[in-house]
Amino acid sequence: MATGRTPIAIIDYGVGNLRSLANAIEEIGHEPELIDDPEVLLKADRIILPGVGAIEPAMRTLRTNGFVEPIFECAKRGTPILGVCLGMQLLCTSSYENGTHEALDLIDAEILPFDPDVGLKIPHIGWNSISWDQTHPLLDGIAPSSDVYFVHSFHASCQHDSNVLAWTEYGEKFASMLVKDNILGAQFHPEKSQYVGLKILQNFVGL
Amino acid sequence: MIAVLILRNGQVVQSIRFKHTNVIHADPIHAMEAFNKWAVDEIVLLNVSLEPSSAEKFVEIIHRISRECFVPLSVGGWITSEDYAQQLLRSGADKLVVNSIVSEAPELVTRLSESYGRQCIVASIDVCRSEGNDTAVAVDRGRRIVTSSPGDWAKRCVELGAGEIFFNSISHDGARRGYDLENLKAVCSAVGVPVIAFGGVMTWEHMAEGLRAGADAVAAANIFHYTEQATRKAKSYLADEGFRMRVEGRAFAQAGNDAIDG
Repeated sequence: MATGRTPIAIIDYGVGNLRSLANAIEEIGHEPELIDDPEVLLKADRIILPGVGAIEPAMRTLRTNGFVEPIFECAKRGTPILGVCLGMQLLCTSSYENGTHEALDLIDAEILPFDPDVGLKIPHIGWNSISWDQTHPLLDGIAPSSDVYFVHSFHASCQHDSNVLAWTEYGEKFASMLVKDNILGAQFHPEKSQYVGLKILQNFVGL
Repeated sequence: MIAVLILRNGQVVQSIRFKHTNVIHADPIHAMEAFNKWAVDEIVLLNVSLEPSSAEKFVEIIHRISRECFVPLSVGGWITSEDYAQQLLRSGADKLVVNSIVSEAPELVTRLSESYGRQCIVASIDVCRSEGNDTAVAVDRGRRIVTSSPGDWAKRCVELGAGEIFFNSISHDGARRGYDLENLKAVCSAVGVPVIAFGGVMTWEHMAEGLRAGADAVAAANIFHYTEQATRKAKSYLADEGFRMRVEGRAFAQAGNDAIDG
């Protein structure tokens, strides 16, 4: 576990509410840094990639703001990167939201819609539980089947089971947390999942 | 389980049929602190001040509240421009609750939905009953009737870009006889997005009724302020009734945050 206040880079590429993430990082005793300069990102030790809304404009904004190459560089160096919600989806290969869109392809996964025929409400909004089969430091101290807060209409489908860090059931079983070495993702909002979410963020800082 | 804080001039007030007199907390942060300990799943903060000038202070309050709020925070009242919506979100709000602009500036609802995503837009529908028990939907804190069909109004909200519906009843607000179930059902069956039931909860059974009527989440205001550990008690009751509720707080086993029986 890191001691003292660790700076945590939150990529600020002009989408969504970063305040909530920053508040959560402060709550667990660390230093949120909203990064809007791609050059500065290269110096970060921990990176959170946030995101809400649709994948196509988000990916386009990441590109036009010059973040794609620095993210690749940090990924290669082994810097822990946590994608949250749409940020997690951006780490995947491609998405079928409003057409087919290439994403960062750091994790071998496709982003698919929920099956509308199951009769569940979409978006999937609210608290739902996460389960996992493999242990990982990101889940240290988290009770199995803990509830976390979701808001999304699309979900990840991994090519390799080893990349599924946790899964959730909503009509079907989907990957709600992803892992590939230093690349991590949460489909839910840890910053809005009260104590469980704060613990996950604290574990992320401690990686 | 959603706790609603009704704010007038920056103070938490009790709401009875959309009249706001009793001040419950002079500072909303105190209510927030209690809710954090009581396993509340979501907070809705509504500014019902009559003066548009209250909007600025409301932003400051959200800024303070959001630092203590690690569950979703929805905010509403006086959202009449994109600039103000952005200020609220930048201050730490997660969702915008819109009401009057559905009628007065529908294109603004759509623009906000496009900018921030459908999940960010909660349409609040205020239903009222006449003396003859006829239903109407009103906007502008209940002062202007827009339609007689809550179902149609809900569909319109979703078409404009709302991702959730916050159902309220002016006649049931603070009346302690449970939700307006008939109209709640009409709204739930009209739309495919999640519906939050609000207005009139006096007992935990009222919440169970709301869920059975088709609501995806249940909200209350007054009862939460006057009952210690209110949300925990409500959750235990609903879990016993067979509803799936969030079991909270086992990761950080701090004093006051021990898990409830799920």
